Amino acid sequence: MSVVDDTVEAIPSGIGVSAVRPDGKEKVKGDFIFSSDLSSEGMLWGQTLRSPHSSARILNIDISDALSISGVHAVLTADDVPGENIFGLERADQPVLANDFIRYAGEPVAIVAADHPEIARKATDAIKVEYEILSPLVDSSAAITAKAIHPEGNVIRYLNIVHGDTEAVGDVIVEGEYEVGMQDQAFMGTESGMAIPSPDGGIDLQISTQWLHSDQEQVATALNMPIEMVRVTLAGVGGAFGGREDVSMHVHLCMLALYTGKPVKMIYDRNESFLGHVHRHPARIWYRHHASFGGRLVKVEAKVILDGGAYASTTSAVLANACCFSIGPYSVPNASVEGWGVRTNNPPCGAMRGFGNVQTCFAVEAQMDKIAKELNLDPVEFRLNNALKSGDTIITGQEITGTAPVREVLMSLANHPLPGPSSNNLLELPGGTGRTTDGSHVKRGVGFAASIKNLMFSEGFDDFSEARCIVDDGFIAIQTACVEVGQGFVTLVQQIVQEILGIEKVEILPADTSIGSAGSTSASRQSWMSGGAVMKACEAVVNSLISDLSNEQGVSFERIGTVLVAPDGSASIPVSDALRGRNYDETVVHRHAPTVPLDEVGQGDAHVSFAFAAHRAVVDVDEELGLVRVVEIATSQDVGRVLNPVQARGQIEGGIAQGLGLAILEEIILQDGKIQNANFTDYLLPTAMDTPTIEIAALIEEPEPNAPFGAKGIGEPPVISSTPAVVAAIRDATGLDLNRVPIRPEDIALG
Amino acid sequence: MEFHIASSTEEVCGLLAEDPTREILAGGTDFMVEVNFRHKDPSAVIAIDRVPELKQWRHDGDAVSIGSCVTYREIERGPLSTIVPALAQSARTVGSPQIRNVATIGGNLGTASPAGDMIPVLLALDAKVIIRSIDGSREVSIDELITGVKETSLADNEFIEKIRVPILRGPQEFLKVGPRNAMVISIASLAMVTDLERSAIAIALGSVTAAPSKAREAEAYIQDFLDWNVMTVESSALPNFRRLVGEASSPINDHRSSATYRKHAVGVLGQRALLRIFESRDDG
Repeated sequence: MSVVDDTVEAIPSGIGVSAVRPDGKEKVKGDFIFSSDLSSEGMLWGQTLRSPHSSARILNIDISDALSISGVHAVLTADDVPGENIFGLERADQPVLANDFIRYAGEPVAIVAADHPEIARKATDAIKVEYEILSPLVDSSAAITAKAIHPEGNVIRYLNIVHGDTEAVGDVIVEGEYEVGMQDQAFMGTESGMAIPSPDGGIDLQISTQWLHSDQEQVATALNMPIEMVRVTLAGVGGAFGGREDVSMHVHLCMLALYTGKPVKMIYDRNESFLGHVHRHPARIWYRHHASFGGRLVKVEAKVILDGGAYASTTSAVLANACCFSIGPYSVPNASVEGWGVRTNNPPCGAMRGFGNVQTCFAVEAQMDKIAKELNLDPVEFRLNNALKSGDTIITGQEITGTAPVREVLMSLANHPLPGPSSNNLLELPGGTGRTTDGSHVKRGVGFAASIKNLMFSEGFDDFSEARCIVDDGFIAIQTACVEVGQGFVTLVQQIVQEILGIEKVEILPADTSIGSAGSTSASRQSWMSGGAVMKACEAVVNSLISDLSNEQGVSFERIGTVLVAPDGSASIPVSDALRGRNYDETVVHRHAPTVPLDEVGQGDAHVSFAFAAHRAVVDVDEELGLVRVVEIATSQDVGRVLNPVQARGQIEGGIAQGLGLAILEEIILQDGKIQNANFTDYLLPTAMDTPTIEIAALIEEPEPNAPFGAKGIGEPPVISSTPAVVAAIRDATGLDLNRVPIRPEDIALG
Repeated sequence: MEFHIASSTEEVCGLLAEDPTREILAGGTDFMVEVNFRHKDPSAVIAIDRVPELKQWRHDGDAVSIGSCVTYREIERGPLSTIVPALAQSARTVGSPQIRNVATIGGNLGTASPAGDMIPVLLALDAKVIIRSIDGSREVSIDELITGVKETSLADNEFIEKIRVPILRGPQEFLKVGPRNAMVISIASLAMVTDLERSAIAIALGSVTAAPSKAREAEAYIQDFLDWNVMTVESSALPNFRRLVGEASSPINDHRSSATYRKHAVGVLGQRALLRIFESRDDG
């Protein structure tokens, strides 16, 4: 028997080390309290009645039978919404409960609170809704000119970007049309939360979300309540990926709790979860690329249609990303890009990891391969010829002032060794456990793709985060409203405190609305925004400490690392020692450099910072059956600085699995606007047998100016170019065009 | 809700005789999903998964008798995996390990889904299903048991006691197509079993017909091109064979796949299974 003395080895601490998640042990052991675990004395269960039709007029709602069921405490409809019956993340255009028209299948019509979830379900069944069924508008192209399905019209946003000489013509012209299906965030923990009426007439909402303050604002408007009476606290989040940015059950819970005077809890089941949150926008994309015989891009023309579904959600911002970055991480002197974000009777679409960049990246990377082929150039070489670099201007006229190591990303990936030959094990070949495919049926393909992603909020949004550092006799507590969705912000907070104050033990206070907004956990922004706010709050504590020490001792200390040093070197004291016996409470707001809206030709410094990545996929394809096994995905990524290597790898591996999912598996299948596969039996996520070996060829560490610790957000780039890399590899193996994702077996076998 | 945990087959017979509306619960991997989706609202349930004789299998002359509550896991990993290899191959394709630990062979037959993965294997093997009730036992073939999409010939007072599966000497293959490499509902599947003693080949299809179905024309056609002494097949026969396997299917279009692809895929599976068992030889 050996005794391990774990006090001997120093626990990794500070920035740049693989610090351990403070909630890791609880999550692994099953002790972590997720929002679905919430409970309260005398709690009721909420349930939502949703429309089965994608387009209809509500003629009558009869709740009398539902109300007469024993154990039912409330049945509420649009008439019971206390405030404005409307909400929305960017613009309020969506009813809390439908009051006249149904615009998508799954739209909430009524809500119920009962003693037991089963009684609540029976009560929703007992509500009689009379619908006049209308013919749904489900074609995104037709939506542009079709009769409006919403008072605000069908075109949520039209964007036109004109860059350089639109009359320019290249030596080689390549055209293509592409389509992206509707992907779902498919987080493991479905929507859940609890609302508790408070004695002052206000409401406490505990909810799994991505942005507490946005929820607070929308809930207060719908409840007609002063904002401070709506207190929102983060409940344990089981994944998000953009799908929790919008309000789902929030107002419903509060309405039921206020009406009944009791705590009310809701959990969506998996089926309802597919109806209860926004999805990735399906896209139709047309490109025409012009290049010179010398292998340089001359002009890019594009038209992008994103299907926003019934309500706006973040469609405007998603469209901006899709269009602004439609060229990819390349420099082009001339471009003309038009985009439409449209309304249809399909389920609403909004934020999902990659946020608009995913759709155009899939298409533009296919175009890049096509031109390279036309020019007889190696795909990587062609990309290198046109790679963006710091100082270049993107098509919105914005100069890249930060780092842009696109060449380094591409070169390091291209130089990474390829994997060995196909396996001899049937289970490791296409078809997997189905034993369909022998080595003799397999063709190997290799594909390459690169991407650009903007970090933080764009287009003039006042983007900030607030953090508070409390020192109580040397003990540290940090408060922010930053939502931990699994990305590891709670780990980073500890690392930042360790880095600046040299104190290992940090209490992280619950995220709630008693502090200022942290903005959304999205847009690869929280390490920069809330991380930056925590860094500044810690620095504010040090400054106060230095000022107190100066008053007390007449010495003006200066912080070097985690030690305070007198200018003449005569005295030094660790910050942690100096904080003993002292109390501070500093709150700081952190903003990134301001951006501006795009003008009428899509020009303006609308974005803050840019991150780049590239992926190389190696696939084995069974052409005859159309089955694919992704053997390996290798990646290089521009990260600025690695803050936590293990968490960085986690983001990269997870993002790649999600990108692979969009390439060959994941799609919400719609028929007349109705979801056909709202379950994990038929919405196919990659399993361990579908997810390949993931090789990190290089993490390029060129510190980004103005970024806290020089770090760029790393959450989104892994998902963006992994999809086109997988598709390119399948094209390489099969010679097929494959202009739509996800690729189904029959697209290959019958293609 | 009324809930019974049976401890013997006699008890199950008695409970069903008393009230034939009582529903049988084995592994629950289909049953509970139906309940959760509210496609089923049972008022009375008999759990049979703790009946010892239903959880066992034993040699029975030239066959094995497999109790209806034997799990996929047992079939996949236990001694049965070498006795009825195609059954083990099909078991491996189903769900996750957690599902396979509880899901049962009897449940796969009772649910009677066209995508039930064991069904084509059992049909190809000419397995017999022993059905019990208070009135005694009766024996039916797989295609007599399963009459349509999720439809069986089981009377309300009957339950599946065991499955009698012939032990054949000869290679067996089960192949299944799904868009994902594991844990996937079949789009098309095919079982092929051989009997070296009788020089016989049997082929059954999954997910491409409403009720269990053999590719009888393909079976008959290919016999003439097989050499059972050296286990070869004439290569010139392959295209026709593949076409006949495809034509034995009558698939549907749904959100999982198109009928055209299913028909194509099942033909490919037929040819591949054949070539795993018989070496291709060029005609004389």
